[in-house]
Parts: sequence; C-alpha cells; structure tokens
Amino acid sequence: MVKSLEDRLMNAAVLLILGLAGAAAVFPLMYVVSVSVTPFSEVLKNGGFILIPRSFTFSAYTQLFTESAIPRAFAVTVFITVVGTLINLVLTALMAYPLSRKGLPGRSFFLLMVVFTMLFSGGIIPTYLIVKALGLVDSVWSMILPNAVWSFNVLIMKSFYESLPEELFESARMDGAREFRILLQLVVPLSIPSMLTVGLFYMVGHWNEFFQAVMYVTDRSLFPLQVIIRELLMMTQQPLENAENMLPTETMQMASVVTASLPIILVYPFIQKHFTKGMLLGSVKG
Amino acid sequence: MERHLAGSSLPLARPRESKTRLLGRRVWSFRAFYLMLLPGVLYYLIFRYLPMYGVVIAFKDFSMLDGILGSPWADPWHKHFTAFFQSPYFSQLMVNTLLISVYKLVFGTVPPILMALLLNECRVKWFKTIVQTLTYMPHFLSWVIIYGILIAFFSQSSGLVNRWIEELGGSSIGFLTSVDYFRSILVGSEIWKDLGWGAIIYLAAMASIDPTLYEAAKVDGAGRLRMIWHITLPGIRSVIILLLILKLGHIMDAGFDQIYILYNIQVYQVADILDTWVFRTGLQQLNFSLGAAVGLFKSLIGLVLVLGSNHLSKKWGEGIW
Repeated sequence: MVKSLEDRLMNAAVLLILGLAGAAAVFPLMYVVSVSVTPFSEVLKNGGFILIPRSFTFSAYTQLFTESAIPRAFAVTVFITVVGTLINLVLTALMAYPLSRKGLPGRSFFLLMVVFTMLFSGGIIPTYLIVKALGLVDSVWSMILPNAVWSFNVLIMKSFYESLPEELFESARMDGAREFRILLQLVVPLSIPSMLTVGLFYMVGHWNEFFQAVMYVTDRSLFPLQVIIRELLMMTQQPLENAENMLPTETMQMASVVTASLPIILVYPFIQKHFTKGMLLGSVKG
Repeated sequence: MERHLAGSSLPLARPRESKTRLLGRRVWSFRAFYLMLLPGVLYYLIFRYLPMYGVVIAFKDFSMLDGILGSPWADPWHKHFTAFFQSPYFSQLMVNTLLISVYKLVFGTVPPILMALLLNECRVKWFKTIVQTLTYMPHFLSWVIIYGILIAFFSQSSGLVNRWIEELGGSSIGFLTSVDYFRSILVGSEIWKDLGWGAIIYLAAMASIDPTLYEAAKVDGAGRLRMIWHITLPGIRSVIILLLILKLGHIMDAGFDQIYILYNIQVYQVADILDTWVFRTGLQQLNFSLGAAVGLFKSLIGLVLVLGSNHLSKKWGEGIW
C-alpha cells in the first residue's frame, strides 16, 4: 500500500513526540542515578549536567548503609510490605468472594458498607483516636492494619470472581467440596492473575508508605524508608550552606532516592501488563 | 435464582414454610460465606465506621483523658465550626484547596488524552510498548522519590536548572521555596507522574471504537487528522466527560501526600490545604475537636460533590454504580 505524505509526516511526528515523552519519563531518574554514583566533588565542579558519569564511586551508598538510619528503615519497610500485603490479600479475597455470589442474603448491604467508605470518612483525627485507643500507635501494625482492606481492590476482585463460570462451582459442590475448600483450591488458583494485580497494588502502597507512618509513629526506630528519606532530603532545603560536612551531600540524597525506588523499578517491567489489566477491570465496572 | 444458591441440597420452596423460615434456611445455607465476610466486616467496622462515630468529638470539647464518650459537649454545639469559619485560615485554606485542585483539573486533563492519541496512532508496535512501559512507571514512584528528583532539578543550591540559569548569567531561583513557583511545581510534578497512567483508560476507550468507522472514512478519503477529529475524539467523549465529572467530585482533595511531602514553611501561604492544616493543627498541636470539625466539614462537602457528580454522570448514561 502506498502511503500518503500526510501519513508519513504523521508517523514521524508521532514517533518523535512519543520518544520525547518516554525520555521525559526516564531522564530524571537517569540523572538521579548518575548523581548518586558520581563523587561529590565532581558534581560540584561539573556545574551541571551529568547523564553519563565520568568517574564512579559507590561511597554514597556505603555511607548510606553504614552510617545512616537507612538499613533499619529498609528492614521496617520490607516487613510492612511483606506482612501487610499478605494480610491485605487474605482479607480482600475473603471479602470479595462472598460478595461475588449473587444469591447471598444481605449482599447489597455488605456491598454498600464497602462502597460507602469510598465516599465518606470520619477524617484524620477520629481515625487517629481509634488507632490510638486500640494501642497501635508506635507499633508497626499501625502502618498495616488501618489500611488492611482497600475498597477499590475488593471491587476489582469481586468483578473477577463474578466472571468465573457458575458451572464450575456447581460441579465442585456436586463433588462434595465445602465453600472454604472451593475458595482455596478452585477460586484462588484460577484468580492468580487478578490476585497478582491487586497484590501488587497493595505492595506498592506499602513500599511507598508515608502517611500512616507520620501519623501514628513517633519512635524513630520504626520509621519506614520514605520517612527517613524525606528527612534526608529536607536537610539542604534549609539554607545552611556552611555546615557542609554535617549535612548529607547531594550524592547521598540521590543515593537514598535510588535505594527507595530501585525495588519498584526492578519489579515493575514484569508486572506492568497485569497492572494495566487490573486497572481496566476495575474501571469497567466499579 | 435457584442456581446461584450455595447448597445444592437446598430444596425448592415448599409451599407450607413461612417466609421467615425460608429466609432463615437460605441464610443458614450461606453460613460459610458469612464466616468469610467476618474478618473484612470487622475491619470496616473498626477502622472505617468507628471513626465516623468518633467524629462526634467535633461537637465536644475533647480531652484525651475523658475519651470520646466522656468528654463534655461543646457549648454552643457549633463552637469549633464557627471558630474555624471565623479564623483567617478559613479563606486561605479554601482558596488553596480549590485552586490547586482546579489547576490540576484544568492542566492535567489534556496531556493524558494527547498521550493516548499518540499511542493510538503509533504504528510501530515495539516502540509503542516501550514508551508505554516508560511513561507508566512514574505513577508507581512515591512522592518522596519525586521530591528527591525535584530537588535534583530545582533546588536553589544544587539543582540542575538553577546551575543552568547561573551559567547563563541569571540568579538562582528557589523554585521549591517560593510562593510564585510552588503551585506550578505541584501541578507539573503531578502531570509528570500520571501522564502515562492517565492515558490507559482513554486508550481502552479508543480500542473499543468500531474499526469499520475508520475504514468507511478512509474510503471517503479522510486523512489521519480528520479521522482523529471526527471519529477518535467523539468516540472517547463520554469517557472524557465521565472522568472530568469524577474529578470534580474530588475537588476538596487536592492531594495530601504530595503537598505534605513537598511543602515547607515558606510556602504554607499558597500550599496549605484543608487536609494538611487539619493534620498540623489537629494532630501536631493537639486541637482534636477543631481538627475533627474541619475534617467533617471537608468530608461532608466531599460527599455531596461525589454524589452530585455521580448523579450528573448518570445523566450522561455513565453511572459509576
């Protein structure tokens, strides 16, 4: 097929602009990585742009992992991510599966209960008071339990379960399986893709945990990664030019940013497809 | 209906059984499901609905010692609300919340649509996939990480942009600490973060447009731009309107995490929103009742806006639930 001039121009323009958009998404990260592995003296004298570092050093990283609160915070973050995601998944599946069974008496009541919290909440202060009354303040659980179920994810899971053919359940019941067994041995294995999607939404949420930590945690040894890194980043925002050696260098700050984003960036390409699918699933019928 | 019931042994309705007994049997046959629901329901009751009850402290003079139940009622009951409405913060917070939200709405709507159009027009498949992968990624980065990136580019002492400005003979600008630039930083960083992610839903809408429309247009001699204008854009019009309406419903949430992480005392004047103020005043300065009152005020307006916008979107035949 012969392509018209307009077609060719259009194709070229599309490729060019998309290329720029892609670059705009990665370039800032590449720059941050470059700064983090360039010796600080080099950063200062270069007067700018270091996309490909001329000399390497990992001293910022070694300093970060030996002298700062980062290792401890890293451990806290890993803990709340792993344990939190497990709790999230179990609770969400247990909640979504009954809600997907159309004959369940009271189904619309429970659904309303879930959806209403997406519309209205008691607000920051009353929630804090409840969490405090439960004795969760200053414990890792305060970063896990108050957000143990996300309504949006319940709805995603529910619409997935609804798409499973009814005959499947009937034949399982015919074979004498009880409901818990059906959920565990039939439904869960079938729903691995959407469990993965929802699980990853939860995982990213926990890894990026910040809000609950600043609300409920004052004990520094329990601060997750994001809170510690924000502290590190805030330090040069105050005009304290002459205290150079006391403050973390820009190299170190950027190393901390890379440390916190690396796990997500590494996992991300493998799961991107699932995320997209899950997002669409949720948006089609909320 | 029968085929949806859990127990396969459930008999067809016997005429002599009363309605309540029938319902009782039905409920009993679903007992395993209620057991499954239990943990989740407990979660919702404790962490979502108890705080809704706890909001009564907005009408009390709350003290930690007496607790939610024991604290005395405020006199008059609207004391904390009036205190807020009459304080100089009220107008500043409302203006900031609404302005930041509206800016995000106005400047944040078109870029993802353009992005989706470009991706849709891209004929080189592998290139499209790579660009999609790259542009979705920032969505998953935390605001702390994006704050770090912003510092690398915009900080006054060491940011790349300021070094360029200085090299060109200008004087450095405190983008992150200046009232003139802070809102632009907020809006810009949000657009950067969600450009690709926001395009997903428009792309899906474009994928569901009937391809015969394009073929017919091609036969009629329409070029690519004409097809975009007359087929693709009208095809996603309802999605665009739906998303706009939905965002309108959340106009009181200007983005707590982003603002709390990015702002500093120099820019409170333009950056402080209802949520961040409630957090500082309520939690950090222990004004629990005042904080709860402002939070309730915000939640109520939010509820009305969300319900109203859903009502609107139903009019367009696109109800959310």
